[in-house]
Amino acid sequence: MTPDPGLGLTPSQTVGPFFHFALTKEDWSRLVPLDHPQAIWIEGTVRDGADDPVPDAMVEVWQANAAGRYAHPEDRREDLPLDKGFTGFGRCPTDAEGRYEFVTVKPGPVPDPNGEPQAPHIDVAVFARGLLRQLVTRIYFPDEEEANAADPILTSIGDRDLRRTLVARGSPEGHLHFDIKLQGENQTAFFEV
Amino acid sequence: MAWQRSSRVAGYRRDDAEAHPPYLHPDYKGTRLRAPERPLTILPHTLSEITGPVYGPGQMGPLDHDLTRQHGGEPLGERIIVHGRVTDDDGRPVRNSLIEIWQANAAGRYVHQGDRHPAPLDPNFSGAGRCITDEEGHYRFVTVKPGAYPWGNHPNAWRPAHIHFSLFGPAFATRLVTQMYFPGDPLFGQDPIFQSVRDPQARERLISSFDLDATEPEWALAYRFDIVLRGREATPMKRTPK
Ligand SMILES: [Fe+2]
Repeated sequence: MTPDPGLGLTPSQTVGPFFHFALTKEDWSRLVPLDHPQAIWIEGTVRDGADDPVPDAMVEVWQANAAGRYAHPEDRREDLPLDKGFTGFGRCPTDAEGRYEFVTVKPGPVPDPNGEPQAPHIDVAVFARGLLRQLVTRIYFPDEEEANAADPILTSIGDRDLRRTLVARGSPEGHLHFDIKLQGENQTAFFEV
Repeated sequence: MAWQRSSRVAGYRRDDAEAHPPYLHPDYKGTRLRAPERPLTILPHTLSEITGPVYGPGQMGPLDHDLTRQHGGEPLGERIIVHGRVTDDDGRPVRNSLIEIWQANAAGRYVHQGDRHPAPLDPNFSGAGRCITDEEGHYRFVTVKPGAYPWGNHPNAWRPAHIHFSLFGPAFATRLVTQMYFPGDPLFGQDPIFQSVRDPQARERLISSFDLDATEPEWALAYRFDIVLRGREATPMKRTPK
């Protein structure tokens, strides 16, 4: 039986505190092996409005490969290579200190709806007890100043300080830091998708 | 340049404002320090948002969908079939899409070290399952009916019996995590998570229906839970002004 067109959407509900045994039983935080020649580490802490770490969040990432190609049938740019074994999807629960981390590669540029390249970015969704719907943000890269300055999505965030929350920070050990502040001072810029 | 081709993309409709709960719903205490305060920025749907992780039936184990056969013996509780169809709001099937579920056991206890409810664990029940929708968007799980459980939100707070669902749909923009409830639960009225959905009709869509036709005689009752994800824009998105 075909449902009637114009069906009402199924509402979102919180992931709750007890998802780990189902959603993060497998380790999906390594998008590439640790010894991958182009491996990068992205790590950060999820904090709430009281600046306390959020120990029961789940962070998901979705990204193109190093060539800028998504492992998905709607990315039809077939002259760009796909990497065997690289899905572009990652998932990591936060630990007792609110920390998460991913090992991945820096994505290549992908087009915006005008056909212009977007600055390299990773789409992020945050789930947690107390979040009735996921929060969506993006990670941009600190070594892409020029591309970031021209990126139509990044620049659509009018407030400079808010915009700056989307650019990861480099660290002396070469890791990228991307903290996620859910509320209050220094709140991360979130998107309506 | 390669990235310039096929960049015109049809986005997903943003017609779900009424369906989803607000981030801040003060009756649900957990939202008070976690709901963002600054307005969200509209994210145009680019190739990044109309794509998403792809899974196939080959990645599922043969018993991943049957939560009653993942251990040496059978779990205690009322065996049930939970099935339904995943479509978009135009009624088109969402096919080959991953669904993950998790739930408390029949006594209302999760296999989770954070769950302090003094109800028994069941050595024959973990409460996690997954499957891939078929070509018509259908899915089917076998499990036991979860129990209600108390939580600390307000005095004598109890969650109505529910099964957590996680769906990817075809794209990053269709990702949905939700909860399925059972018809006629007396706990709906006092549950701020269920009540966080403001539109009563949308709230009803979180409640499965008893499905006599899908029951298996002498074996299990059945509940049907159809899931509707947002549909596609008819035409490629307009150029955004430069
Ligand atoms: Fe639950």
